Amino acid sequence: MSAFLAIVGRDLRLGFGAQGALLTTLLFFVLAVSLFPLGVGPEPQILARISAGVIWVAALLAALLSLDRLFQGDQEDGTLDLLAQAPLPLGLAALAKVLAHWLTTGLPLSLMAPLLALLLQMDSEAIPVLLLALLLGTPSLSLIGAIGAALTLGAKRGAVLVPLLTLPLLIPVLIFGVGAVEAAAYGLSASPHLLLLGAFFAGSLALSPFAIAGAIKLALE
Amino acid sequence: MFHALANPARFLRLMAAIRPWAAGVAVLGLLSGLGWGLLYSPPDYQQGETVRIMYIHVPSAWMAMFIYAVMAGASGVTLIWRHPVAELAAKASAPVGAAFTIICLVTGSLWGKPMWGTWWVWDARLTSMLILFFLYLGYIALWEAFDDPARAGRAAAILALVGAINLPIIKFSVDWWNTLHQPASVLTLEGPKIHPDILWPLILTALGAKGYYVWLLTLRVRAEILSRQARILRFAAATDRRAG
Repeated sequence: MSAFLAIVGRDLRLGFGAQGALLTTLLFFVLAVSLFPLGVGPEPQILARISAGVIWVAALLAALLSLDRLFQGDQEDGTLDLLAQAPLPLGLAALAKVLAHWLTTGLPLSLMAPLLALLLQMDSEAIPVLLLALLLGTPSLSLIGAIGAALTLGAKRGAVLVPLLTLPLLIPVLIFGVGAVEAAAYGLSASPHLLLLGAFFAGSLALSPFAIAGAIKLALE
Repeated sequence: MFHALANPARFLRLMAAIRPWAAGVAVLGLLSGLGWGLLYSPPDYQQGETVRIMYIHVPSAWMAMFIYAVMAGASGVTLIWRHPVAELAAKASAPVGAAFTIICLVTGSLWGKPMWGTWWVWDARLTSMLILFFLYLGYIALWEAFDDPARAGRAAAILALVGAINLPIIKFSVDWWNTLHQPASVLTLEGPKIHPDILWPLILTALGAKGYYVWLLTLRVRAEILSRQARILRFAAATDRRAG
C-alpha cells in the first residue's frame, strides 16, 4: 500500500509541477469548449441543446491529450524497469499511475465543467448531474486510455496512435455521460445512465490493469 | 494437432491443401448466390429491385463481425500459448475484415438513399459498424507502428482482446442510443422471417464469402511467413557480409 501511495504521490508532484500537464490540459478544455459558441453561433437554445455533448467531447479529448506521456517518460529514464521489478504487482503500480493521471486531469476537468456549463446555458437542474457523470466517467477515460498509452510505448507516431486506439473504445462513456445530463435536462431520471457509467468504470477498473501490465511488460522486453 | 500447427512448414502444407477447396467454395457460392440473388430472385413487394443490394450487404456485415471474432480468438491463442501462426492469422485477417466492413457500409448507404432518403443516418447499426471499422484501422495501425514484428504482434493481440470485450458494450450502448435499422430477420427464435427465394441466395453468398475469406487467409498467411523468412535471410546475409 505504501508503495502504491508513493507512486501516486510522485506522479502527483510531477503532475502539479512546472513540467506537469495539468494547466495545459485545463486550458485546452476551456479553449475547446469556448470555440463552440464561436463556431455554431451564440443562440442560447442551440448552446443549451449541445452543451452536454460539447463538454463531454472536450473532456474526452483533453483527457487523451496528456496520455501518451503517461508511461513514456518513465520508460525513457528507466523508472518503468524498476517498477516492473518491484514487489508491488505491475498492474497495481500501473493503477497508481492511472489514479495520479485522473487526479491531475479527470478530477480538475470535472470540477471545471459546471462553470463551462453555465457559460453554455445548460439547464441548472442538469449541472449537478454533469458533475456526477464526469466524476464517474473520467476514471474510465484514464483506465482505458492507459491501455492505449502502454500499448504504444516505443511506437512510431505514438502520440497520434493513442487517440486512434482508445477513442472507439470510449464511445459508451460518451453516450451514457451525455445521456445522463440530457435525461436530467428533460426532467427524467438520470440514474440508469449513471449506473451504467459506474458499471463501465467498475469493469474497466477490474480488467484494464491486466492489459496495462501486459502491455508494459512487452515494452520492457 | 494444435501445437503441430505452430510449425510454419507444416502449416504451409495444410494451407496449400485447404486452398483449392476454399477457392472452390468461394467461386461456386459467390457465383450461384449472386447470380440467383441478382438475376432470378423476386423483387421485394415494398423495396422493389433495391432489395438485391442486400445479397452483398448482409454477407459483408456477417463477415465483418465473424472476422473480428476470428481475430480476437487468434489473438487470445497468441497471448496464451505464444502460438506464432495464430498471430500471423490475426494479422492477415485484419485488412480483409476492414474491407468487408467498408463494403457493408458503402452498400448500406447505397441502399439507404432510395429507401430512407439519405446516404447516412446515425442509426445504431450503422454507427456500430463504423466503430468496428475504426477498431480494425486501429489494429492495423498498431501493427505498422513497430519495427519489431514480435512486439507489434503481441501489442496488437492485447488490443484485439480489449476491443473484443468492449465491442458488445459499444453495440449495446449504441443500440440504446438510437435505432432505425430493421431488427434481425434471419437468425430469430421463430426461424427465418424471410421468404426462401430470398433466403437461399443469401445463404449461398454468405458461404461463398466465407470461402473467399479462407482462401485469402491461406494466401496472406503464406505471404507473411515467406516475407519473414526473407527478412531473416536478409539479416543473415548482411551479417555474413560484415563478418567476411
